[in-house]
Amino acid sequence: MNEMLLPDIEAATAIVHPSLPIQLTRSRTHITVRGLSKAFDGVPLYQNFDLDIPEGRIVSIFGPNGCGKSTIMNMIAGLIPVDAGEILFDGKTLKETRIGYVFQQYREALFPWIRAIDNIAYPLKRAGMGKAAVKARVDELVAEFEIRFDLSRYPYELSGGQQQTVCIMRALAPRPEVLFLDEPFSALDYEMTLFIRDKLQDIYLKTGVTMVIVSHDLEDAVFLADKILLLTRRPTRIAEYLPFDLARPRHPDSMAESLFVSTKARALEIFQREVKA
Amino acid sequence: MDATIARRLLPLIGPVVFFAVWYGVVALGLVNKVLLPSPLDTVTFLATAVAKGAMVVDIWATFLRTAIAFLIAAAIGVPLGIALGASETAYRSVEFLIDFFRSTPSSALIPLFLLIFGITDANKIAIAAFAAVLVILFNSAYGVMHARKTRILAARVMGANAWQIFRDVLLLESLSQTFVGLRNGVSMALVIVIVAEMFIGSETGLGHRIIDAQQVLNVKDMYASILVTGALGYLLNIAFLVMEKRFIHWSGK
Repeated sequence: MNEMLLPDIEAATAIVHPSLPIQLTRSRTHITVRGLSKAFDGVPLYQNFDLDIPEGRIVSIFGPNGCGKSTIMNMIAGLIPVDAGEILFDGKTLKETRIGYVFQQYREALFPWIRAIDNIAYPLKRAGMGKAAVKARVDELVAEFEIRFDLSRYPYELSGGQQQTVCIMRALAPRPEVLFLDEPFSALDYEMTLFIRDKLQDIYLKTGVTMVIVSHDLEDAVFLADKILLLTRRPTRIAEYLPFDLARPRHPDSMAESLFVSTKARALEIFQREVKA
Repeated sequence: MDATIARRLLPLIGPVVFFAVWYGVVALGLVNKVLLPSPLDTVTFLATAVAKGAMVVDIWATFLRTAIAFLIAAAIGVPLGIALGASETAYRSVEFLIDFFRSTPSSALIPLFLLIFGITDANKIAIAAFAAVLVILFNSAYGVMHARKTRILAARVMGANAWQIFRDVLLLESLSQTFVGLRNGVSMALVIVIVAEMFIGSETGLGHRIIDAQQVLNVKDMYASILVTGALGYLLNIAFLVMEKRFIHWSGK
């Protein structure tokens, strides 16, 4: 089934040269959404909706209020059931796929009864990993994130940015194939937003993990993205699926570059068109 | 420095004023001395009654009944409440019963319990346990039902199955609310034990002591016993607050 979805050449490349850079080995579509329908209280939100999210890319979802940008992501992540349709990850079902999820409300997403470090280890324990392996993986994450605060504290003893960092580490711990982020910056101040954005890009460059980000802030939506998914009002369709190919790593200064400015302006124009529609 | 000391002494103002007013009212002869002895006499009486051991027997009897009733109530109420809370259908089906009996003053059921248990210690414990179990059950169930949805989703997304979500999230999430139930439950048990000791034939206990003292107009004993009963209730409450702070360190954070 897997092979049927893939062009032969690309599949062969991926198998024969696993050491090639991410861009060369993984150009195939990762997540496929086909014929998705979802209604709330009889009012259709999505009808026969199709979407492709390429593997190893960052896709931001942006759209008018109530268009269901979080809903579409949550359906893909399996947090909300779909009424109809099929969502596959490289041809696999969600059950056969490792995912990570970062919630907007970090305070409510972390477990306050265990220490930050045990929060990070939790998904690894759930996956049945042995004690030594769990510790090794957590140590690796701590090094990767260059953590300078005390992870043996309880979540409520940490600042908001530190808590969200812990959430991201927890989501990344089991080496997910896809990382979902639901408005990860909206409960953070600007300084922390810049910091976490930078960390996410770091992790992306190191691991090439596919990321799906829902954002209500256009700057955040564009900054990290390879593609910006702009949605219409309900019943929701794709308004535009904008590419944004600015070279990485991107820095705060990148926001002054003409490609960033023009892409953001284009996205805003589409957004305003859809809000008025 | 002076300000911090003043702040520390602030909670003492209430009791000091209380005793001062009490003292003043008695000293000025505003109230019949037969009905209200001076606070000094009362406290002196209290000290000697405790020292001689007579009151200790009653304190111990009341404490023991309250403790047994509370333990029975907790042993039934916490697991049952958590189980009911985990299944919304189960809870909804008994919600009316719980709310109805929670709203019924348990003292109204004393005659019923008298029919079942007779004038025994078991009766007093049973009715106190009954009163406490509903409070405890309700709070535990509520704690589970109102677990943060995000936390449950987070556990699910990390691959926890239904049992693991229950054990790792729901159970812990319900603990602060369970402690609220336990604290209210122990107060409720004490109230009912005191009432039962007054009106269901009893040889011991603070309730028995208060009503006995009242009937022979031994007002000093009556006030002293009331103070001790209040102190017992207060200390039980404090004990649970301390336990909660110690074990549910995340509560309210």
